[in-house]
Amino acid sequence: MSTTLEPTGTPVPSSAARGITGASVRPGDRVFLGLSRGAGLLILLTMASIAIFLVVKAIPALQANTANFLTSTAWFPDQSPAVFGIAALVFGTVMTSIVAMVLAVPVGIGIALFIAHYAPRRLATALGFVTDLLAAVPSIIFGMWGLQFLTPHMEGLGEWLNTYLGFIPIFTNTLGLYSKSILIAGVVLAIMILPTISAITREVFVQVPRDHIEAALALGATRWEMVRLSIFPFAKPGMISAAMLGLGRALGETIAVALILSASYDINRHITEPGGNTFAANIALRWNEAGPIGLSALVASGLVLFVITLVVNMGARAVIARRAEFSGAN
Amino acid sequence: MAKRIDVTDLDIYYGSFKAVEGATLSIEPRSVTAFIGPSGCGKSTMLRALNRMHEVIPGAYVEGKVLLDGEDLYGANVDPVNVRRTIGMVFQRPNPFPTMSIRDNVVAGLRLDGTRRKKAELDEIAERSLRGANLWDEVKDRLHRPGSGLSGGQQQRLCIARAIAVEPQVLLMDEPCSALDPISTLAIEDLIEQLKERFTIVIVTHNMQQAARVSDTTGFFNLSGIGKPGKLVEMAETDVIFSNPTQQATEDYISGRFG
Ligand SMILES: Nc1ncnc2c1ncn2[C@@H]1O[C@H](COP(=O)(O)OP(=O)(O)OP(=O)(O)O)[C@@H](O)[C@H]1O
Ligand SMILES: [Mg+2]
Repeated sequence: MSTTLEPTGTPVPSSAARGITGASVRPGDRVFLGLSRGAGLLILLTMASIAIFLVVKAIPALQANTANFLTSTAWFPDQSPAVFGIAALVFGTVMTSIVAMVLAVPVGIGIALFIAHYAPRRLATALGFVTDLLAAVPSIIFGMWGLQFLTPHMEGLGEWLNTYLGFIPIFTNTLGLYSKSILIAGVVLAIMILPTISAITREVFVQVPRDHIEAALALGATRWEMVRLSIFPFAKPGMISAAMLGLGRALGETIAVALILSASYDINRHITEPGGNTFAANIALRWNEAGPIGLSALVASGLVLFVITLVVNMGARAVIARRAEFSGAN
Repeated sequence: MAKRIDVTDLDIYYGSFKAVEGATLSIEPRSVTAFIGPSGCGKSTMLRALNRMHEVIPGAYVEGKVLLDGEDLYGANVDPVNVRRTIGMVFQRPNPFPTMSIRDNVVAGLRLDGTRRKKAELDEIAERSLRGANLWDEVKDRLHRPGSGLSGGQQQRLCIARAIAVEPQVLLMDEPCSALDPISTLAIEDLIEQLKERFTIVIVTHNMQQAARVSDTTGFFNLSGIGKPGKLVEMAETDVIFSNPTQQATEDYISGRFG
């Protein structure tokens, strides 16, 4: 800030008088520094207190448990002796999320790409608006819709998969029943996270500098080659973040999954058959009827979910950081 | 492998706005042609119309003819992608692909034409192009480092190497030195001098000395008024334009007497 333009007579010291030595921290800077440090600290404290809460509350059940917590598929924590394990929950959570990601990531990126770089401007604006709206729909709505509307429509897909891809174990259906399956839950999750993924990737796609785009086009790139040369490399960190946000939502989604799955505690590899369970749905379904050890067991399963999401996030961060030097940021 | 360009009666539009009107000019093979003129008179627009980069802007189109050795670039069954492979372009701001190494930047265009090349062949083309852009000695030890880690002048020569790696017929340059220091500018001017042995070069510049130094032919563009389209006022041998222009406006512009 120059002081030469100060009206004469104001008691502001001239820059010459103030000199250039010495730290001059303005009040605004100090307030902002305090605020941002405080906010950072608050987040860390919250994370720590959640972790501590989960560990402390989980200990009684883990001590009472007579089965292997990680490999058992039973869930009888309030019996004596207590018998419970998370294997089925891990399986159900991971499988529904994989189904959701396999469907939602390519489709979400495709939609974002279409909106950002292919659609005529009018259509792009309208589509962008609709995806943003969809991202805000509460999950219970998706759950009801999935249960009532999607389930009957998914039967055909399940049968088709069984007939033509049944040689792949996950698509085999030996029961002839196709409702309340991991596949349906995964599809509903996919639809739920699709707008999140496409809204965020669209945001980064439109931020790709014109320079990069024209660099590719001027070399004689087709539109798709331009996307691969300029858009994807620039947007990759954003695409990974978007996928991770979607995955986070899929892993933790409770109510929609609880509505759709018919809770069971075995690992059924046939994902078109009824059954399966996830961490979040299990907690929601069991919480009210659980005794003291039952509650503690649910908290223990919550701790595992917490760790899984942390690991997934850190993994994503590592991927982004690995080639930071080659990123579009410099 | 250099070709001539003949433009007849070209009108260039951004939507309903006519940016350039009635441009007619010829560009000789293996020569350097400079476009000069005040800001906003349509030099970049004209340049981008020569390799159909103009139309990547939504709503932009042209009317008229641009012939490359007699073949109409805007003909009905001409693919703009092929036009851009034949007529390369270097931009005002260096724009190497930031996620690619120096070497990959140079050969990026070669990966687009559908022919598979061996790594050794690509390495060889990369070296030849970098030598052609007078950059080889500076980067030969760090070919696998990111291109964005180079200085501005080096990045611009990297972009030139990338453009000449695909062996275009014509090379278009839009103020290639305006973001560079005098030393880098001289390096690029020397390079243009060498490149004209092999390519037809068209360069837009605001630097009159530069136009005088590097070009054989100079075209002066001007605006007849605000909101009016730009026009090619006159085009002639560079010596003539700078010593003995036929138009008063050209005279005023090159002597610095300009609004
Ligand atoms: N993307 C665009 N959309 C609409 N109008 C544009 C666009 N780009 C340029 N124009 C207009 O076209 C006219 C010519 O612009 P152009 O960029 O060709 O000028 P220029 O001679 O290159 O100027 P400069 O010397 O400042 O680079 C200007 O009136 C400009 O406002
Ligand atoms: Mg320009």
